Amino acid sequence: MVTKLPKVPVVVVGMGWAGGIVSAELTKAGINVVGLERGKDRTTADYTMGHDELRYQHRQELMQDLSKETITYRNTVSGKALPMRHYGTFIVGDGVGGAGSHWNGQTYRFLPYDFEIRTKTIERYGIEKIPAWMEGLNDWGLTYNEMEPYYDTFEKMAGISGETVELWGKRTNPYPTPPLVKTPLMKEFEKAATSLGYKPFVIPAANLSESYTNPDGISRGACQYCAYCENFGCEYGAKGDPAVTVIPVAKQTGKLELRTHSNVLELTKSGGKANGVIYVDMLTGEKFEQPADVVVVASYVFNNARLLLNSGIGTPYDPKTGKGTIGKNYCYQVTAGGSQLFFEDREFNLYGGAGALGIEIGEYMGDNFDHAKVDFIHGAGIRSTQYGDRPIAVNRVPAGTPNWGAEFKEKSIKYANSNFPVKTQGASLPHKENYLDLDPEFKDEFGYPLLRMTYEYTDNDRALGKYMSTITRKIAEEIGADIIDTNEEQGPFNVNKDSNTHNTGGVIMGSDPEKSALNTYLQMWEAENVFVVGASAFPHNSCFNPTGTLGALSYRAAEGIQKYLKEGGILVKA
Amino acid sequence: MSEQEKNNSVLDKRSSRRTFIKNSGLTVGGVVLGGALGSLLIKDDKSTTTSETQNHATTPTANPNVALMFFTPNQYQVTQAAVERIFPEDANGPGAKELNAAIYIDHQLAGPWGSNVKDYRLGAFYKAEENQGPQTKILRKDLFLAGLESLNTYSNQQFEADFKELEATQQDEVLLAFSEGKVELYGKVSSSQFFSLLRTLTLEGVYADPMYGGNKEMLGWSMRKYPGSRMQYVAEIQDEKFIQLEPQSLNSHMGH
Repeated sequence: MVTKLPKVPVVVVGMGWAGGIVSAELTKAGINVVGLERGKDRTTADYTMGHDELRYQHRQELMQDLSKETITYRNTVSGKALPMRHYGTFIVGDGVGGAGSHWNGQTYRFLPYDFEIRTKTIERYGIEKIPAWMEGLNDWGLTYNEMEPYYDTFEKMAGISGETVELWGKRTNPYPTPPLVKTPLMKEFEKAATSLGYKPFVIPAANLSESYTNPDGISRGACQYCAYCENFGCEYGAKGDPAVTVIPVAKQTGKLELRTHSNVLELTKSGGKANGVIYVDMLTGEKFEQPADVVVVASYVFNNARLLLNSGIGTPYDPKTGKGTIGKNYCYQVTAGGSQLFFEDREFNLYGGAGALGIEIGEYMGDNFDHAKVDFIHGAGIRSTQYGDRPIAVNRVPAGTPNWGAEFKEKSIKYANSNFPVKTQGASLPHKENYLDLDPEFKDEFGYPLLRMTYEYTDNDRALGKYMSTITRKIAEEIGADIIDTNEEQGPFNVNKDSNTHNTGGVIMGSDPEKSALNTYLQMWEAENVFVVGASAFPHNSCFNPTGTLGALSYRAAEGIQKYLKEGGILVKA
Repeated sequence: MSEQEKNNSVLDKRSSRRTFIKNSGLTVGGVVLGGALGSLLIKDDKSTTTSETQNHATTPTANPNVALMFFTPNQYQVTQAAVERIFPEDANGPGAKELNAAIYIDHQLAGPWGSNVKDYRLGAFYKAEENQGPQTKILRKDLFLAGLESLNTYSNQQFEADFKELEATQQDEVLLAFSEGKVELYGKVSSSQFFSLLRTLTLEGVYADPMYGGNKEMLGWSMRKYPGSRMQYVAEIQDEKFIQLEPQSLNSHMGH
């Protein structure tokens, strides 16, 4: 039995950054919002025992319970997908705050090149630079300059700490707070990179460098470098997190009705629009129908695509014909090419750190260097970070050391405070056979099909990783270490091996309804009262952590939803 | 083990722990030198006493956490022997056995994680490609028991003795064969899957907060100069010198 509830103006599915920002903006404008979150509510009091590496990182306290729902995975279109039975390569947040509670806080803008990647690549190198399998590579439908005000709003709300960086687009304002501190290892990177002619910068961070009050009146204290960011919540509220920023703001208006433990199973529809959503109370099993004028789908990348596919909203992408849009352009990130440094007589205070503490160069990002003589496009950020090395997770040893036994123990202790990486984070561009659809066999606990991921690294990724390895090696040698191990090859994707947590695409934006699911307000071309907000809207993934761009797009979507409530119709002409 | 050998091993432990302290002393930063070393010296004496009493299984121990909620005594001893080879005692300090990693493992396997309650367990279990992750239905607790049994079976085939009776080098040979998936374990389950679980649990038992039963007296953390759970490192993180801090466990946050 499904209990039908009274209609509301807006229902938001998921209470992370996307849902939190949309809810705050709409409720501040006087619009009533029902927020549905499948997990529990959270405040900083939940993190009193937050420095528990086992519970939070290795038992995934803040992550979605996979016994209820997971994804299935295969590396080629001809393979059989099998369920990801426990966490490995990436993690999926759960509860109020979502991934915005457990993230590291690295907050970048994408490059002007990213938003016009197809046009700019063709302009500089000709159409033949884009291989046939990368046909899905497209401009985003709006430029960096159009995105700039939304980035600015997000950065002010979250209080991002950083320094103005050359090689990126122009900024209207400086970062609201100064950059984080430079630690000895960051200074090593800085010295070496500078002497090689690069211009290193401190990574922009949502871990506050000083206490800060945002335009909504939310005050937060400075980061204490306690080293428990990724996989953890911040007990000080120093890390920008929806649960300590936008969600309290939305609650304060009295216009947000937040329903936790409310798991949306599908959207209902008629006549090319959604009527609302069906959800289940995860504690009691009771089912409800919540009708709404506007449905905002703002859960994680995977579930955004899955909800639309399970609801029959939008045309599923077909990798054989290239037609359809839902599930298209799933992208990830390239982490090959890093160099690991080990020191015999030097110790760093590696027990301390912050999720976004690090230093980086921008010379190899995007199209900041000439790609005429290389067989890939786009690039990578090259950086050294100090997240804080926790002892269960981080046991770096020189290549060739066994991973157990006497030698492992000796080396892992010897180098525990005497190592650091020069690593890469490379862009991931669409491949026509990397996509998301519904699994034909495996179901969630309610009988709905799981999302199936078909994904493998591409030739572009492998060439990019190999190229970047020569740069990280050069910087590592300039720093000077007793042992330098460089990873030159991007191996095959493994759903069970930790590498990168940045999933994007599946419900992408653009200017052409044949090639994209959403317009630039993240409004669905095929269902005008459905807005799908999140990194699922990225047509490709750049060489940056995605949250800054996700946050900026959320502000733009909130603007679009208000416009739609007033005017109706498709907000952008195709 | 003869009385003579037992005494020797205790002496070895003492001397190796002294070496550990000596080595630590060489690299300690100026600020907290006295306090940290002082407490390590006190702990040294206490832990030696505890490990001696543990050798006599009949003597009750001071730590109520050291009791079994899952293993039989024999399974516990095989686990102790196995974890010690993954993370052996050496000049740095105690091995996983003395750090109570086997107690940690016992407690983990008895709890929800041992029964895979947050894993996806619906649908059919097919043979997986290497990059798709394990697709076996067996629960962690049952996998671990099957692994322990198999360690003994294989040890008897190779060396005509149970695993815990073997020389350290023989135990390493057995574990190497398991890690390489060379041993038939149980049904379609690979011995490398058991080995990977054993390795993971051993490192967790050495380095997880002591409230979980392992990392005895935070000696796992001390060995690598890890300060455990502290609330801030604003000064330390900017310091050019290494600053060694005495470890603190989550228990220190109970006043908040």
